[in-house]
Amino acid sequence: MTIERVFYVLGLIVVASPAVLLAALGVTSLSGRPLGERTISRLTQVSVIAGLMAALGVLGLMLAFDQRSVPIELGNWVVIPEQHFHFHLKFVFDRLSVPFVILSYVLCGTIGAFTSRYLHREPGYGRFFLFYALFLLGMVVATLAGTIETMFFGWELVGLSSALLVAYFHERPNPVRNGQRVWSVYRIADAAFLIAAISLHHLYGAGEFDALMGVGPWPEGHVEIPVSTALVVGLLLLIAAAGKSALIPFSGWLPRAMEGPTPSSAVFYGSLSVHLGAYLLLRVSPLLEASLVLSVAVVVLGLTSAAFGALAARVQTDIKSALAFASLTQVGIIVAEIGCGLRYIPLIHIIGHACLRTLQLLRAPSLLHDYHSLENAIGEHLTHTPSFWERRIPERGRVWLYRVSMERGFLDAVLDAYIVRPFVAFFRWSDRMERRWTDVLSGSESRESDQVHSPSISPEEFL
Amino acid sequence: MAELHLPWLELSILTPLIGMIAVALVGNAERARQICIAVCTLTLVFAAGEWVDFASLGTFEAHDHWDVIELVFHRDVFVIDELSAPLLPLAALQYLMTVFSTLRTKVNRFSFGWTLFSESILLATLSCREPWVIITLLSLATVPPWIELRSRGRSTRVYVAHMGLFVGLLVMGQALLAVSGSGTTASLIAGGLLTMASLLRTGIIPLHCWMTDLFEKATFGTALLFVTPMVGAYAVMRLVLPIAPDWALRSIAMVSLITAIYAGGMALVQREARRFFCYLFLSHSSLVLVGLELVEPVVLTGALCVWLSVGLSLLGFGLTLRSVESRTGRVSLDQFHGLYEHMPMLAALFLLTGLASIGFPGTTGFVGTELLIDGAVTASPLTGAAVVIAMALNGIAILHAYFMIFTGTQQLSSISLGARLPERIAVMILSVLILGGGLFPQPGVASRYHAAVELIRHRGGEVSSDEHVNDPATPKITDDSTAFVRMNSQSHRSTDPR
Repeated sequence: MTIERVFYVLGLIVVASPAVLLAALGVTSLSGRPLGERTISRLTQVSVIAGLMAALGVLGLMLAFDQRSVPIELGNWVVIPEQHFHFHLKFVFDRLSVPFVILSYVLCGTIGAFTSRYLHREPGYGRFFLFYALFLLGMVVATLAGTIETMFFGWELVGLSSALLVAYFHERPNPVRNGQRVWSVYRIADAAFLIAAISLHHLYGAGEFDALMGVGPWPEGHVEIPVSTALVVGLLLLIAAAGKSALIPFSGWLPRAMEGPTPSSAVFYGSLSVHLGAYLLLRVSPLLEASLVLSVAVVVLGLTSAAFGALAARVQTDIKSALAFASLTQVGIIVAEIGCGLRYIPLIHIIGHACLRTLQLLRAPSLLHDYHSLENAIGEHLTHTPSFWERRIPERGRVWLYRVSMERGFLDAVLDAYIVRPFVAFFRWSDRMERRWTDVLSGSESRESDQVHSPSISPEEFL
Repeated sequence: MAELHLPWLELSILTPLIGMIAVALVGNAERARQICIAVCTLTLVFAAGEWVDFASLGTFEAHDHWDVIELVFHRDVFVIDELSAPLLPLAALQYLMTVFSTLRTKVNRFSFGWTLFSESILLATLSCREPWVIITLLSLATVPPWIELRSRGRSTRVYVAHMGLFVGLLVMGQALLAVSGSGTTASLIAGGLLTMASLLRTGIIPLHCWMTDLFEKATFGTALLFVTPMVGAYAVMRLVLPIAPDWALRSIAMVSLITAIYAGGMALVQREARRFFCYLFLSHSSLVLVGLELVEPVVLTGALCVWLSVGLSLLGFGLTLRSVESRTGRVSLDQFHGLYEHMPMLAALFLLTGLASIGFPGTTGFVGTELLIDGAVTASPLTGAAVVIAMALNGIAILHAYFMIFTGTQQLSSISLGARLPERIAVMILSVLILGGGLFPQPGVASRYHAAVELIRHRGGEVSSDEHVNDPATPKITDDSTAFVRMNSQSHRSTDPR
């Protein structure tokens, strides 16, 4: 067996193992024959271990044979040769994707093991692992994607699983509302990604990153497109990254995402999903280098988000929200590093931060108990020493900062006031106009749906 | 013209008609339902047979073996081509799934006889390319919903006003076209009238209110079957596309795009599930129309793919809503219902079909949507962006509806609200088709691309259908196709407006 063949088989296992897990859990759920907890847990373990071992195998072989980029070609998924349109299924193992995919497997494996006990006998156990498998597949596909369309494929899977897991406790309205909010932000960000992806596809006639970002393994690519094009496409990708990584002005969804169960908060919004935007920027980093304005925009967005996250984290009253904003601070710094032209440092920063944040979030539920034990042991409350800035900023300024931070920068309020409300008001007005028109045509009240209200009768009464 | 091996078209059209007579003779509603299911299954088999047979011929168009109408009148009235070949089995499947998932509690409200009549008319319309016959069939198809509205004691004024206008515009347009010469002002007006009629049937704003009214007043099944086959789009392809100049098509595309965004926004603010579904469907069908009217190979391929995927996915979506309705009554979207625990399978299908309709990765709509957006971006980056915005709005609306219906609270019920066996079977069939088409999209895309190329050629009128079939010497449409289409569309106007 040649070394290329070994790479191919291992690469295939890395991608296929979460796909098989998703298929197993999805088919059994859809057919109304869900698997038991133990089977789900075993399947998850096998899938994660197989994928992780294969990814480590690829890494070992790359190091042994001094290969910096290993493409795994699966051929064309869709092709229209006459139009030069092809949807190429290609995965790339390089210095960027290999660390990230190993990180994904390690953290997802840890979370899988943790969750199998944490959610033991919960009614939504199977549902959690179904979304978990969807997320894992999305992460692996997005990370290893060799074409921008394949990356979009994974990107969408991550978005859907995230929104559904935020709404995991779906018998309560708040998690559901927050899940809807997350999904709405993701859809807007995904729209920007899709336009950018198709624009790039048009510019180059192909979606391969090799073609888009120039020859040479990451991070040595170099694009040759006009500065204005790089700026427009880059800004669209920046919007996509901002949506996924909760950068300003989309930061409002991050604390809302903490409504989900702790394991999903840890692995999605604390460690992996929240870094996917930064990963996208790293992947298209040659594009950033093509436009100084774009690089500056990335730095400014990163630093602003970091500053906002640092302020907001200090005033949160629950540990998960505080950790969420702390994550935002680090992600903002990582984005700023990318904008400054650094490549390996942000990657190392992502890995370190993801591991730390996963640990912190998994510890979050028992932290309060530990604080009580600590305070009991020392016999008094922990003392609070004013920080450097606390001592220098006047009280009025501190109150103002506190209010802004407490209200999370009024970001959600601004989005609601200037986008959501006018949008809803316009369409409600249109709805009223339509009602008038159909009433006129009917010569009487035309809408039976006006009589439909809340479920005033029970299903028993109805049936 | 190539000939099918069996009279599939005639069998597909006649079977429901015979079934309608059988249903009329049976007094028992449950028995009528069983007959209707059997007839619809048989019709689907014939329609699928037609598709397979047609695909094996490798031709652009074909007519029946033992074509009775051709023998008597010497005219090829019932002919299928690459556009309509997959639409017939899709339409037959839509009817079968709707009838099959009609629960026993609803059999007295849903008219199986008129449903079979509608199916027969629909299949005849999709098999037909003679303008006057299409117009007659389209007019006839408006009758069964009207009868149902009347029998339910609902006001028919909105429906009658719109459908009367629809029929009037069709007749006037075609009559004017027949007497006017090509390139004259009269022929332009005729094209405009036909366009307006087709857009009205599709539900393009501001002529869409009949659709919401129908969903308000008719049974969900009837409304679903009247709109999901997208007959308006079919009328555009048959009556308008061959005669309309490029600027007119681009204007239709623009109006359709505005409708897609408007309907997407309206879907988000609806307070009742049927109206929500209606706007969602309207947005999707308008997007299909955008692609059809841009008349470029890639975007047309995308539109034809999305036509099939939307027909399949929104049918499943509508049927799921209908199943929920049959258990709880009309569903308000004002507050949470929390039905997930009672009907997880229906919730899963709701999500799957909804996501498929917006082209979510791994489902049947994904590649078609990509192609549609790709082609729209080629036409104009702003058009592409608008299509993406409409898709985003639809995506937000779908998850919003999912959360409102299936989550947010705990619904208490002492009786089982779970999916019944027919619903389970329908769920599995639709899921397999949606996921299967999503994971293995190449055959479908290749077939739709071939259909798109042929439609563009025929619009140009340069190559007759039989001369270039599978001809390797036939020049491929390449990147110059835009110029090719424009050149031909400017020169051909005197051809038969097929």
